Amino acid sequence: MYNVDIGKKILSANEEFALKNRHFLAEKKKLCLNMISSPGSGKTTILARTVTELKGRLKIGVIEGDIQTEIDAKRIRAAGAVAVQIETGGSCHLSAAQVSGVLEKFPVDEVDVIIIENVGNLVCPSAFEIGESGKIAVLSVAEGDDKPIKYPALFAKAKVLLINKTDMLAKGASEDFDIERVKADAYKLNKDIEIFPVSAKTGDGMSQWCDWLVNAVEKLKSD
Amino acid sequence: MHETMVAQSLFEVILAESRKQNARPVSAKISCGAFDAVNDEVLSFAFDAIAKDTACEGMKLEIEHKPLKGHCKSCDKIFEFELSSPKCSDCGGDFEILPDEPLLLETVAFESED
Repeated sequence: MYNVDIGKKILSANEEFALKNRHFLAEKKKLCLNMISSPGSGKTTILARTVTELKGRLKIGVIEGDIQTEIDAKRIRAAGAVAVQIETGGSCHLSAAQVSGVLEKFPVDEVDVIIIENVGNLVCPSAFEIGESGKIAVLSVAEGDDKPIKYPALFAKAKVLLINKTDMLAKGASEDFDIERVKADAYKLNKDIEIFPVSAKTGDGMSQWCDWLVNAVEKLKSD
Repeated sequence: MHETMVAQSLFEVILAESRKQNARPVSAKISCGAFDAVNDEVLSFAFDAIAKDTACEGMKLEIEHKPLKGHCKSCDKIFEFELSSPKCSDCGGDFEILPDEPLLLETVAFESED
């Protein structure tokens, strides 16, 4: 028996596509955010509300990832933004190659920011770069306040954490969900993370998140 | 769950190397970081399924998990830590997480020609 040194990144094929996407978006000076969470945390509701609240201020383009159906892309279009659906057909995360295929035909020049809603999954999508400028983590009150500690990778990498469904806290769920614990645990993993408690349902807290998004786009344009 | 895609990419790299060497691969050493979220059993199971009826069938995967490293801002120490208890092992101070180790195929062992 003999050994051969390989020293090759196993996901190099994905990384090459991620790099290609990143260069493409950097050349066009477009902010691209990769939104990751468990299924049912409210990613699509947050996006639809963000599109509505920023109408006239920011043009948002959305790439939707799901195992199947075009339900989410339709919801975003109904809110008034351009949306393209990727059906992964079983894959638990979006790959950089899939995103690259969509970017080729996406009206990139007509939007200020592209938000990619990844497949609902708190683990796998955070291991695959897709060419984004940053990751947005979403955690909803219904999921419990122990998630940053139990699934740390996403929270350690994310630029922004949206704590959604805060309307449930007002209805008495606050006994089971300690929002200060979530913030403290997230800051321990990532001191630079921006945290916005929101309710996409009532609109509470959405303006702070929307302002962050507008500022991030402005900053990239002026760089 | 994403181990299937990792296994597929791994299989393709090893198969290409096996053709180059014109030899049968027996085992491979892989290393990964904490953020790769790779589970050994799941990866081996997926790889076995993909490698069936190919030159890679029956290969053993040896997976090394490299710990995350932090750089303490208070005492300047570089230390390994668990994500479940993120603090400096010496002074408990504020620190930055250093870049995670990549998911790497280190070496492949091939059968020698007799």
